[in-house]
Amino acid sequence: MTHIDISKPILDKNDRLAQSNKELLREKKIFVLDLMASPGAGKTTAILATIEALKERFRIAVIEGDIASDVDAQKIKAAGVPAIQINTGGVCHLESDMIRHALDQLPLDDLDLIIVENVGNLVCTTEFYLGENAKVMILSVPEGDDKPLKYPTIFQTSKAVILSKTDTMPVFDFDYEAFERTVNSLNPKAPIFQLSAKTGEGIQQWAEWLANQVKHAQNAPDGQSLH
Amino acid sequence: MHEMSIMQSVLDTAFSALEQSSETRITQIVLTIGEQTDIQEIPLTFAFEALKPNTPARNARLVIHMLTTRSHCDDCGIDFDHDRFSMICTDCGSSNISLLTGRELRIDALEADSESFESIDSDADPFADFLTDRPE
Repeated sequence: MTHIDISKPILDKNDRLAQSNKELLREKKIFVLDLMASPGAGKTTAILATIEALKERFRIAVIEGDIASDVDAQKIKAAGVPAIQINTGGVCHLESDMIRHALDQLPLDDLDLIIVENVGNLVCTTEFYLGENAKVMILSVPEGDDKPLKYPTIFQTSKAVILSKTDTMPVFDFDYEAFERTVNSLNPKAPIFQLSAKTGEGIQQWAEWLANQVKHAQNAPDGQSLH
Repeated sequence: MHEMSIMQSVLDTAFSALEQSSETRITQIVLTIGEQTDIQEIPLTFAFEALKPNTPARNARLVIHMLTTRSHCDDCGIDFDHDRFSMICTDCGSSNISLLTGRELRIDALEADSESFESIDSDADPFADFLTDRPE
């Protein structure tokens, strides 16, 4: 009987490849946002609104993660932005090797910001480091104000929280104060952005926050970890 | 569902450690999992049982140590246990805290030997099926 000591992160292989993604992206001065949410929360709509708000200031590309189809990548391409579709074929989250494969197909010398739309899922996406600078999540109003209590990890791993479809708040009796209280308790440092793609509410504030993150990362000295 | 990916990573690490040793059979795998990961013991064990047949871990036992949440307060300096929903210091109320335990996803160690596998598959190459019929 032999005892073999390992003492390594289970996701060591994913993390090491993510770190190499990170180094490549830092060298190219590209900021990567990993956007996580449930299916139907409005990730693609929020990305389109973000592109519209920031396209004059940054060169943007999108990596779309879905189990199947390229409908999202088509929508992004229609907005005039390069988009790579990843089909996970059933896997419920993106992993760092999938991102690397997508990065290999993007014009990295001509980009400032890559938005990764992760597979619609509030659980699995949180555990996999892709090499991103920040994870941000979207919760949509119809999902309910109690979601931070049910899915705490995603709220804790997000650098900012977007509440989308805020124009529907009266219809769904969404208790914003209760929601804010729980999010603040789970993740006191994360700002909450209230967004409505329909009315345009909050898009400017969210876009400004993201723009500051991108500029901060681009101006950071080489070798400084931004993760 | 992500427990399958997690367990596949555990087994990949275990098999490469086994290959570097002089042993042929894994008898035990020990993991440490923090409660702030959304990895649960039951689906993880299920994934282990589903993935281990026809591998060098087919006779192995899985041991999982679950860790609760503990943090250090960067303002008042204490270390404290707290529930995962309240990321503030229990003493001074500061939100300026650093997590000490709770986010672990670690493979600690293996036990391995060179005993034969149960007689029914004693002739099989322990890696053959695993390499050719690898699940997603």
